[in-house]
Amino acid sequence: MKALKYLMICVAVVLSASAASSADEGAIPLSLKGHKFAPAEIHVKANMPNVLALTNADDTAEEFDSTSLKVEKVVASHSSGNVRLRPLAPGRYPFMGEYHADTAQGVVIAE
Amino acid sequence: MLASLLIVFREVIEAGLIIGIVLAATRSVARRSLWVGLGIAGGIAGACIVAGFAEQLAGLFQGSGQELFNAAILSVAVLMLAWHNVWMAGHGKQMANEMRQMGAEVSLGHKTLTALAVVVGVAVLREGSEVVLFLYGIAAQGGQSTASLLTGGGLGLLAGAAVSALMYFGLLTIPARRMFSVTSGLITLLAAGMASQAVLFLQQGGYFEFMTSTLWDTSWLLPESGITGRMLHTLIGYTDAPNGAQLIAYILTLVTIRLLMRLVHGRKSLPDALATSTS
Repeated sequence: MKALKYLMICVAVVLSASAASSADEGAIPLSLKGHKFAPAEIHVKANMPNVLALTNADDTAEEFDSTSLKVEKVVASHSSGNVRLRPLAPGRYPFMGEYHADTAQGVVIAE
Repeated sequence: MLASLLIVFREVIEAGLIIGIVLAATRSVARRSLWVGLGIAGGIAGACIVAGFAEQLAGLFQGSGQELFNAAILSVAVLMLAWHNVWMAGHGKQMANEMRQMGAEVSLGHKTLTALAVVVGVAVLREGSEVVLFLYGIAAQGGQSTASLLTGGGLGLLAGAAVSALMYFGLLTIPARRMFSVTSGLITLLAAGMASQAVLFLQQGGYFEFMTSTLWDTSWLLPESGITGRMLHTLIGYTDAPNGAQLIAYILTLVTIRLLMRLVHGRKSLPDALATSTS
């Protein structure tokens, strides 16, 4: 019964895979170089989903980590990845590169 | 050194707690150390592979490979935990009788031990791949601080193992007759928390983009970033700002497992009762 439920979820996931790619348009660029985010302050519209297109220009992997944004995403060295943000209530949402947290700091400001 | 200790500890604490629970749940089961050991070894091997192919993995499914992978292995863990609990609900009584008669270890079916080994493997794999990437990054950068950072990482791993031991020995203080209900309750909550996290990964990957709005926010009271919040996150699936889909997944998993356990237990209890009265 449970297996069937998960099978159905899997099928639904595969079917919606094509729909997912459309969300990448209008992504906000964010880069990581020298273990620093640029821009370190990102302004997004509140109460709607946003996508950050993170490019890691460093020689080491980094984990984009934010408990307030509920995101944990590993981006390998010299590659990029999309960080999807849920619709945010107005406010400040700090994030960091967990592997180099002393320099890799940033904040998303929803307004 | 302290920074890397904390990072590694943060990552391994989840696996540590889960291993502690699994060890307690399989107490007095023959050859359980072998299976848990296999789970840990498999998880570490898997973590290295995942870390090595992090870039390729992330590139799959229009850049959502990582999220989909996380959601998939979490779902496997949920299924395994559910299956273990349901199996135990059916056979637990019989096992308890055997234990009383023989006064020693019983041979629990290999299937359910395999299921728990998979759960351990998944837990180690998920957080382990991040530890591997972090430590690899340190080693690759070189410099004089490398040795001290790696030492910190090693100490972090030890601290994670200590959490595992604390969880295990803490659970052992529970009287044996209540042990089953406590561990099966813990496992049900673990599964529910993992299901809700799997949903979050699907949402992050761009699938399942409905009911993503935050229901409530208790980060002012108990932030998920703190050690307490993080431990509760693993143990009972606590999250300081859940969304609707997560909550539904959590409740659905909880209810499904409890219902299946009750169903199986009810079916088995009659023959079991007969077996005890005639023996």
